[in-house]
Amino acid sequence: MEKAIRKFWPIFVLPTLGAFAIGFLWPFVWGVYLSFCRFTTVQNVSFVGLQNYANIWIDNTFTHAFFFTAAFTVVSVALINVFAFALALLLTRKLRGTNLFRTVFFMPNLIGGIVLGYIWKTLLDGVLALLDRPLLALDATAGFWGLIILMCWQQIGYMMVIYIAGLQNVPIDLIEAARVDGATDFQTLVRIKIPMVMSNITICLFLTLTNSFKLFDQNLSLTNGLPGKDSQMLALNIYDTFYARSGPQWKGIGQAKAVIFFIVVAAIALIQLRATRSKEVQQ
Amino acid sequence: MKQTMKRKKRRTDVIWTAALSLLCLVYIYPIALILFNSLKTERAITTTRIFELPDAETFASLENFVYGISEMDFLASFWYSLVITVTSVLLILLCCSMCAWYISRVDGKLSRTMYYLCAFSMVVPFQMVMFTLANTADTLKLNNPFNICVIYLGFGAGLAVFMFAGFMRSMPMEIEEAAMIDGCSPLQIFFRVVMPILKPTMISTGILETMWVWNDYLLPSLVLDIRRYRTIPMAIQYFRGGYGSVQMGPMMACIIITVVPIIVLYLVCQKYIIEGVVAGAVKG
Repeated sequence: MEKAIRKFWPIFVLPTLGAFAIGFLWPFVWGVYLSFCRFTTVQNVSFVGLQNYANIWIDNTFTHAFFFTAAFTVVSVALINVFAFALALLLTRKLRGTNLFRTVFFMPNLIGGIVLGYIWKTLLDGVLALLDRPLLALDATAGFWGLIILMCWQQIGYMMVIYIAGLQNVPIDLIEAARVDGATDFQTLVRIKIPMVMSNITICLFLTLTNSFKLFDQNLSLTNGLPGKDSQMLALNIYDTFYARSGPQWKGIGQAKAVIFFIVVAAIALIQLRATRSKEVQQ
Repeated sequence: MKQTMKRKKRRTDVIWTAALSLLCLVYIYPIALILFNSLKTERAITTTRIFELPDAETFASLENFVYGISEMDFLASFWYSLVITVTSVLLILLCCSMCAWYISRVDGKLSRTMYYLCAFSMVVPFQMVMFTLANTADTLKLNNPFNICVIYLGFGAGLAVFMFAGFMRSMPMEIEEAAMIDGCSPLQIFFRVVMPILKPTMISTGILETMWVWNDYLLPSLVLDIRRYRTIPMAIQYFRGGYGSVQMGPMMACIIITVVPIIVLYLVCQKYIIEGVVAGAVKG
């Protein structure tokens, strides 16, 4: 059978492979090449070696964006996962209205980042004005916490759903056995529930980590990097370097930043997967 | 003693239910805020008056909606978003399920290469390829809503192939072998035998990809010609960022008409959406 299918590879694999080549592989390879070039359009490209990489640090926007993104990622990953897990625990207690709660908490995920950003900008600016504080566009700290609130609002429901699925798969007899042995609620949580849902924790950490680190739409619509470039995250910083700055050198620098961004994202993803996978319980 | 414990559990449950109900209100509030502001006149929507409910004086009926829809050319945007989402998702489902079947049934260099490529594509951030991709799309004339699905296929393939391949590994080969002995060609086996079994995975994958394509902003904004084709996220961004003074009323009306269909759709097929998310997480 394998032989028969193998002959049909142009029909089965080629469309995907072709689209892959056009939409991903070729732009990727070309992008890596362009990071070593000075260019404004694709017609006039001149090779400059590592100059773009050196020029990334002409101004400190990239470094600033890096630390802003790193801080944002740490805070949002921690908050989202803790709250999502707590809600998942509550929603597996057979409370009244569980279905309604789940529906409402998951809902923000379906709304796009751009729209979410504007919804929250309206709300947060209103609150800040009430408190007599500078608006989002004038205060990077407010922008930071605004982004955190927005991300929590959007992502907690999604992760909660994944945790609920994990908790529902924990065998009841295991929990009852622990209870008979005199384990407290806290002990069952730490010793049984958490180890049993470790694979869900892995995937939720992976998703929140990469989502937060690569965040773009919400950043663009909520703060647009303002004031100045103080609330820019990495993705927006790269976009800004590409499309909003005049001068012939910027596109090359933007592409070089993108290569570094890719390496960091790939490294984080690999390290995280390896670290939590090793803690998973074999079932 | 058991009795008191039960009563105690019931009491904490009531407290938790109350707390969660409150949290639900907090969750819905931002959307409610936009909704009642979209019904107010322009002068009543300033940052300081944003929390006021519309009253007899500030009620603008549907003015903002009418103005927003015509100004933003909302119907055209809705059409483009719909075309892109439907064509892209169908193309992804068809091509990726075929590709995944090949990968899981044939062991060879091609299969292994495809598998690693899919994994690789899922880690690469879009900023890495955005400039070169936009250029490639221009050259190949993929820069309109009817052809852009090819690019979405390239980008969505990673997740979709993984989900299909994950499911197919648990599928018994015997049925397919029986079909082969009965004289089916691989194409017939795929469409007559494999495809029907795949239906639940098709729905889950379709939902995840739809959520992504429908809400995607950066890819279409770089690939499409913004003066001719605007998807809904592009139109909202353009509306807001395009000119100096933003008209808040129509803007909020547009947000509401963008959000409401999604919420209605969600309430109707909630079960599938949540199952899709869980399936995606477990296989991904």
